[in-house]
This record gives sequence, structure tokens and C-alpha cells, in this order.
Amino acid sequence: MSCDEKVDCGRRRLLLATATLGGVAGVATAVPFVASMLPSERAKAAGAPVEADFSKLLPGQMMAVEWRGKPVWIINRTPEMLASLKKTDAKVSDPDSLKLMQPEYCRNETRSIKPEILVAVGICTHLGCSPTEKFKTGAESGIDPDWAGGFLCPCHGSTFDLAGRVYKGKPAPDNLEIPPHMYLGDAKILIGEDKKGA
Amino acid sequence: MSETIAKTKAQSLLDWIDERFPLTSGWKAHLSEYYAPKNFNFWYFFGSLALLVLVVQIITGIFLVMHFKPDASLNASGIPVAFASVEYIMRDVPWGWLIRYMHSTGASAFFIVVYMHMFRGMLYGSYRKPRELIWIFGMMIFLCLMAEAFFGYLLPWGQMSYWGAQVIVNLFSAIPFVGPDLSLWLRGDYVVGDATLNRFFAFHVIAVPLVLVGLVVAHIIALHEVGSNNPDGIEIKKKKGPDGIPLDGIPFHPYYSVKDIVGVVVFLIVFSIIIFFAPEAGGYFIEANNFFPADPLQTPPHIAPVWYFTPFYSILRAVTYPLFGVDAKFWGVVAMGASAIIFVFLPWLDRSPVKSIRYRGPLYKGFLAAFLVSFFILGYLGVLPPTPDRTLVSQICALVYFAFFLLMPIYSSIDKCKPEPDRVTCK
Repeated sequence: MSCDEKVDCGRRRLLLATATLGGVAGVATAVPFVASMLPSERAKAAGAPVEADFSKLLPGQMMAVEWRGKPVWIINRTPEMLASLKKTDAKVSDPDSLKLMQPEYCRNETRSIKPEILVAVGICTHLGCSPTEKFKTGAESGIDPDWAGGFLCPCHGSTFDLAGRVYKGKPAPDNLEIPPHMYLGDAKILIGEDKKGA
Repeated sequence: MSETIAKTKAQSLLDWIDERFPLTSGWKAHLSEYYAPKNFNFWYFFGSLALLVLVVQIITGIFLVMHFKPDASLNASGIPVAFASVEYIMRDVPWGWLIRYMHSTGASAFFIVVYMHMFRGMLYGSYRKPRELIWIFGMMIFLCLMAEAFFGYLLPWGQMSYWGAQVIVNLFSAIPFVGPDLSLWLRGDYVVGDATLNRFFAFHVIAVPLVLVGLVVAHIIALHEVGSNNPDGIEIKKKKGPDGIPLDGIPFHPYYSVKDIVGVVVFLIVFSIIIFFAPEAGGYFIEANNFFPADPLQTPPHIAPVWYFTPFYSILRAVTYPLFGVDAKFWGVVAMGASAIIFVFLPWLDRSPVKSIRYRGPLYKGFLAAFLVSFFILGYLGVLPPTPDRTLVSQICALVYFAFFLLMPIYSSIDKCKPEPDRVTCK
């Protein structure tokens, strides 16, 4: 800053220092307001695990339970449905589940603990809609004549196979998320927790 | 005798005020001695109509807030309180249905009027020098209006409200690195929920309307500083009479205030017909799925935004290729944002020697027509579910949409224009 004769440099410095500190204080005041919009302590505490009993779920059927406000699907896959996963390997963008969209124990061909039972978060990885089940195969599905069964997101047309793997060339970037879960019995699971030896 | 006394009393009251507040001078500067070109046509109704709809929205909004409850928790019958309070307004509040339908129809009317107003600016080059700031303020009003409509659409807490908000908030999660935290901060919870509903209510009734009104004031102040453009796109201030008043200018009041009243009456007739006979406009103004309460477990089989967002939404869906190692999702969001913001740059993209469509050459007319057609096709495709063919069509239309803007510096400067007249013409 240049000081000419008409300017009282001492006062100008004081003015600048005061304005700077005032500005810092002003910005600091914004912090509590911005932070107040983050999830509250109550919202953070609300993520408790949920139990689901699927003993009445017949092969080829699916059910949904709510966990952390999201739908979690439990799908009892038939042998034909499991066989379809071989056919879709070449059509999906991450066939080997390399991206971390599942716990380590579900990083397999069926993306599940028990091969026939798929547990997945029913939220499209594109923009968060819940895909619709399209279990009918072939032209009858209305998707394409080669359709092997799976899910169609109604919002932007992403498609997933019966292991929740996303098809290539679709807006969704990742496979459906597999939540941490563990078996409490033969047909009973706990979603949201996976401690060993329970 | 008594009349003159009354007159002097009124006059002295006015003098008293004028010594303390610029009432008479403000009236003159903005109405009785604001000289607007005498050749305004049909397209010039929409500015005053936009102001009218803003007033309708604010007044109906105030009365809706008296009965609405921004609460996502379930009531004794298992219905979300917010959803139930809208039904309560519709069924139990005296005349509540009318006030609510005025507000919901007003939202669509706002966009119809504003789209016409913007297109007028594009037809006659109203964004060109020296009116760049008017245009920029106007575009900020448009963006605020989109935010206002989006926040407002969540409030009835229906299925379309819920899943629409879910999709739009998740758009932000596509931004690399900060995206997921940003959308979490916007929602205030891990899913769209009560926290989201409450803050959207705060934005919809306080924050955005305040900004909107401020921008409208700035828009009008900037307009009255430089003066209105006109269908010939020439400056009336270049030809002034000996009194310093533009030869082709007429006082806004009474000439255009009276003309605008005609526009207001016609608008109110159409507005009333929609409110009384087709308030949902066949699912375009209020979508059928929004009569179901929000269900976080089930997306409706077909979700689409309200009609006024669909051109931009189609552009979002049209981007299906990843680029530079970043997901297609991110580029879709970028394309959608760019398609809404790109209008801001029109004053500098347009290199034509003339402003008005009347004197432009075939190139500009062709590009503008192609832009308009693709805008309508994108809007139409945006309400339909996506198929591979429709995605291809929307990709082509998106290219045309952006070509109109990005190629403008070239085609507008090489176009064969007709000479502008000296004085405005009245057709």
C-alpha cells in the first residue's frame, strides 16, 4: 500500500487491520450456521441394525425391509436365476465386483453369503431411485429380447442383473450396494452388522 | 371553493412527503416520465405478467403457510403430517383448495410467463449492450425461480416430491471428492427425511423469496437506467426531441400501464379457467403420483420432473458416456447445469451487427428455430420414460441446443443482415 502525504498511514493501517479481523470474525460466524445443517446427533444415532425373517420367501420372490431409511431387498434366487449370472458376466461393467460396493465376504460370483439369497440396498447408484424388479426374461420383460432378468431403474433407465451388477453403458456407475449383514438363523438375518461368531 | 381548499391540502401533504421521501420524483422516474419505445408488441406483456405472478405466489404462499406443517413424521393414521396438512388445506380449510390451486398453478404460470419473457429477449436482442446486466439479473431470477420451484415441490411430501428431491440432491454427489459430503449436508440426514423437509421449507418461504424480490428490484432498476429495448432493436435515445425526450418514446404511465392491464385481464381469464377446470392440467402441473404419500421404500414406476424442468432433465439423461476417467453421472450434471447457465453468456456470444430478429439473416433464424424445436423435443422427452431411441434423439437435441450458443460467435458474425431503420416501425 502506498502512502501519500494526505493519508494518515497509522490510521489507514489500523483501519485495514480492523477490517481484516472483522472479516475473519464474520467468516467464523458462518461456521455454526453451516455446521447446523449437517446430520444431527439424533440422525446419526438412528442407524441401528434391523432383523429380517425371510422364512416365507419362496424361490423367485423378493421382499424389502427398511434400514437407515433405505429399502434393503432380500431375493430368493432360483437355480435358473443364478445360472443367468454367467450370461450377464460379459454385459455388466464390473463383473468381478472389484469396486468396494460390498463387504469382503460378498465379493463372489453371486455377491452373497448364501448363493441363492441376495441381500442388497435397493437404491440405484446413479441418483438414488429405487429400481423396479424385472424378473420376467426375454422380450416379455419389455426391456430387450435377451433380457436375463434383473432390475430396471425407472428414473434414468439403468439396468442391473440378478446379483445387482450394473449393465455397461448405463448412467449408474456402480453395482448395487450390498449392506453388511449376517445370519442369525437359517432364514433370519441382521442387516447393518456383521460381527463374526454371533 | 371547497375543492381548491381540498386540493391545496392534498398538495401540501404531498409536499410534506416529498421533502422526506422521493415519492413524486420516483413516480415520475419509473412511471409517468419513464419513456418506453412506442412500438411494443404482444411479447412485451410478459414482464409485467411475471411481476403479477410473483405477487400472486407471495400472497397465496403466506396464506398456505398458515395451515401447512413441514413435518415428515407419521400421524395417528400413518400418513405423513406434511402430506396430511396439504389434504387438510384442500378439504377442510375454507377456500383452501382455491388458494392451494392458485399457488400450484401459479408455479407453472410463472415458468410459462418467464420462458416467454426470455424468448422475447432472444428474439429482439434485449440482452445486447448496454443491457447485459438486466439480462444477467434476469438469468439469476430464473435460476432462483428454479430453486424456489424445486424446494416448493418437496413440501406436499408426495411420492413425486420425495423421489424428485432424492434425485436432485443426489446430483450433487456426482461432484468428485466433495460430492457425497455436499449432498449429505444438503439433506441433513442420510436419506431425504424430516430434516430435509424442514430446511426446504425454510428456503422456500424465506431465503429464496427474499433473494428473488431483491433481484427483481435490481432487474427493474437496471432496466430503467438504460431504457427498454424494442422489437426493432434500435436505441430510441439516439433520436431525441428538443425537450430531451426520445422521439419514439411514450410515458410508461398511462400508455403501457393501460396496455398491460389488457394483458393482465387476458392472463387472469386463462389462469382462472385452469384453476377452476383443470388445476392439475392432466398431470403436468401436479403429477398424479404426488397424490400418494412419500414412501422411502418404493420409487413410483415412472418418475419425471414437472414440465418446466424437463428440457434440462433430458439433457442430464442424454449424457451416457464417461469422459476423462470420470463417470457419465458427473458429466450429465455438468451438462444440465451448463444448459441452464449458458444463457448468461449470450451478450458476449452474439456478434451480430443488428439486435432484432427482424433484421437478422437466415443463419440466425435457422439456428434459433432449431434451438426452439430441440428445446420442445427435450421437454417432451423429459416427461417420458427413457428408451434407447429416445436417448439418441435427446442426445441429438442436446447437441443442437448447445450448438446454438457455442457456434453463435461464428454464425452471428457472418450472417447476412438487413439494415436497421432509423426510427422504430409499428407493424
